[in-house]
Amino acid sequence: MNTQKPQVLACIDGAALTEAVCDYASWIAEKTDAPLQLLHTLNHHHETSNSSDLSGNIGLGAQEHLMEEIVTLEQQQSKLKIQHGKVILQAAKTHIEKSETIYPTTTQRHGDLIEAVIDLEANTRVLVLGLRGQVHENADNEIGAKLEAVIRSLHRPILIVNDTFTSPKHIMIAYDGSDAANKAVKMVASSPLYKGLTCHLVCVNNNEETATKLLEQATSKLKSAEDITVISAKLTGKADLALCAYQQEHNIDLTVMGAFSHTRLHDMLLGSFTHKMLVNTKKPLLLLR
Amino acid sequence: MLLLSKKQDWLGNIRGDVLAGTVVALALIPEAIAFSIIAGVDPKVGLYASFCIAFITAIIGGRPGMISAATGAMALLMVTLVKDHGLQYLLAATLLTGVIQVIAGYFKLGSLMSFVSRSVVTGFVNALAILIFMAQLPELTNVTWEVYAMTAAGLGFIYLFPYVPFIGKILPSPLVCIVVLTGVAMYLNLDIRTVGDMGELPDTLPIFLWPEVPLTWETLQIILPYSVPLAVVGLLESLMTATIVDDLTDTTSDKNRECKGQGIANIGAGLLGGMAGCAMIGQSIINVKSGGRGRLSTMVAGIFLLIMVVFLDEWIKQIPMAALVAVMIMVSIGTFSWESIIHLKQHPLSSNIIMLSTVTVVVWTHNLALGVFVGVLFAALFFANKISHFMYVGSVMNDETETRIYHVHGQVFFNSADRFVENFDFKEAIDKVSIDLTHAHFWDISAVSALDKVVLKFRREGAEVELIGLNEASSTIIDRFGVYDNPEEIEKVMGGH
Repeated sequence: MNTQKPQVLACIDGAALTEAVCDYASWIAEKTDAPLQLLHTLNHHHETSNSSDLSGNIGLGAQEHLMEEIVTLEQQQSKLKIQHGKVILQAAKTHIEKSETIYPTTTQRHGDLIEAVIDLEANTRVLVLGLRGQVHENADNEIGAKLEAVIRSLHRPILIVNDTFTSPKHIMIAYDGSDAANKAVKMVASSPLYKGLTCHLVCVNNNEETATKLLEQATSKLKSAEDITVISAKLTGKADLALCAYQQEHNIDLTVMGAFSHTRLHDMLLGSFTHKMLVNTKKPLLLLR
Repeated sequence: MLLLSKKQDWLGNIRGDVLAGTVVALALIPEAIAFSIIAGVDPKVGLYASFCIAFITAIIGGRPGMISAATGAMALLMVTLVKDHGLQYLLAATLLTGVIQVIAGYFKLGSLMSFVSRSVVTGFVNALAILIFMAQLPELTNVTWEVYAMTAAGLGFIYLFPYVPFIGKILPSPLVCIVVLTGVAMYLNLDIRTVGDMGELPDTLPIFLWPEVPLTWETLQIILPYSVPLAVVGLLESLMTATIVDDLTDTTSDKNRECKGQGIANIGAGLLGGMAGCAMIGQSIINVKSGGRGRLSTMVAGIFLLIMVVFLDEWIKQIPMAALVAVMIMVSIGTFSWESIIHLKQHPLSSNIIMLSTVTVVVWTHNLALGVFVGVLFAALFFANKISHFMYVGSVMNDETETRIYHVHGQVFFNSADRFVENFDFKEAIDKVSIDLTHAHFWDISAVSALDKVVLKFRREGAEVELIGLNEASSTIIDRFGVYDNPEEIEKVMGGH
């Protein structure tokens, strides 16, 4: 399995963002010449029960009968879910194939989204998923139920899609000198995805000197890559707000940044920068762990 | 770590869990009373135990949705202890049982369950069902015709009420049976035995009590012979039930955590004046059937049971024993593995012998631990016997070198060692013998000494003996099987079979 070319993995669930996820995924697949796979997971919620017979009695062969009953019921439900998932996958596939450049494969897996992406991680180049799934579809201030867990458990770049697709022209790297940020710069410099784009290298730091020094380092690294126009900028203030403001001001289409570099406990006490960005940003984020 | 559990284990299925827990609590009350009577203690001992065990295993058990409480399997083991030494020694034995189970949990003895084969589990379950039924017989012998009529009517309610439209599936039929029979008995003022005649019921919430026994060596000598089988049977039934719930709900459970959970629950029961208990197969099935899946169902069952018995004790006293007997006969029927009787003909004879010997030993000794021991022993013997057939020795004569070459294939161990020796022809007058062991496996010392015997015998007859492939053959005499857990190593040892 590992001998295959690493693929772009797009996670879809039929929610509002599905189409955008497909579009961004096929944009990446086309640019990087990687195969595209569409993933739909079937979550079974074993912690809940579907039937309840409160008669409270057990007769001959009670265990066997109950087993038979539960299996039949779950079989029917699973079949329906698989069918439903297939429809979603087929719709997405048709949508992508309209471009006649990308021909995605589709896959369905039982269990949690997190389990599924971890299982497929070895063969994944980049993961694309929507900011909100079915659960939080209409809640504007919340991020998807499993998003943070997925981001934390995966060691691949993850593109979080939150709006309809526009082909990125201007991208922004949120740079703070950390390992993750340096990795982001390196990735942008080496990946074919960013060829021909304008890259804004943005550093939020209240200390002017540090910011200048950090930006100089990063700019030189980026400049080594051909075909990328680099613009650097220094910002002050609260990182998430400053970045979001810059994003709107300069029509940034995509933001690249490190994600969840602290432990869960740290974030629980102090609040997570990544989480704030996920809630506030209007444009897709490419997260690196 | 024992307190950690996933949020969805508690809150994933609130409505289903609360309803199922209530149904289970209603069925637990008659059972707890009946099992207290089996053990020869006041009903309150079983009721306190049921509350405490259900409550604690809900929080720290390893199998969400499984129901644990005072059980018949455990009650049967404590009869003589209660008769000879009284309640306080039972409480002390319960405490010790819990301690043993916690230790078993930390030593990960739960994994020993893999030695208990399917046939032994079936035998255990069937024996349990028979014992529960037999325990009802004293209530049904030398009694008036009213008792028989009441019991029959009770069974009728239990099995026919669910067919009543609308309410049939909402009201638990065992509850309907108890309420109606109690009403009839009170209305007609029947002179039959009631729960109130069997001993004290709880009138307060349970209180913390250290068992009043002297902390001496003698006490330990009295309770240890009871605590060990109690601990073993408790863990066996709990782990079997956990597997059943695993299968029914298509989820997994932490068996070693369940051992620790059962232990702590029994320690708690001992300190609150309850008897030892474990998981209940019948109740767990009822719970799953009623829609219970999470920890909440077990906790609701425990709390609801306590509330009802403390506040309704005046009413519970009036329940005729005939109603309890009907409920217990239902539990017995529901626990029995009906399939094992239907498939008796299709199953191999050895499986049937294992199952039936387990049942026989249990019914005879009233000790489930002994039954399981006999069952596991038979299973091991049958297995050894089967494997010993996978051994054969062939021979060819090499005329050029005048050497007889024996090829040994298969498994040589204690059970096949004698047959191994018999396969050599010592009467043949020959100068050279070569034994090729490349495709043989020598599993133990018996196999090695059998080979020694063969070599010595040939030498006495004047032959030169050459062994080929001894290293390959003896590489299986190892106790550290961990090395052989990967496919390549297994292929090296087992190659050619």
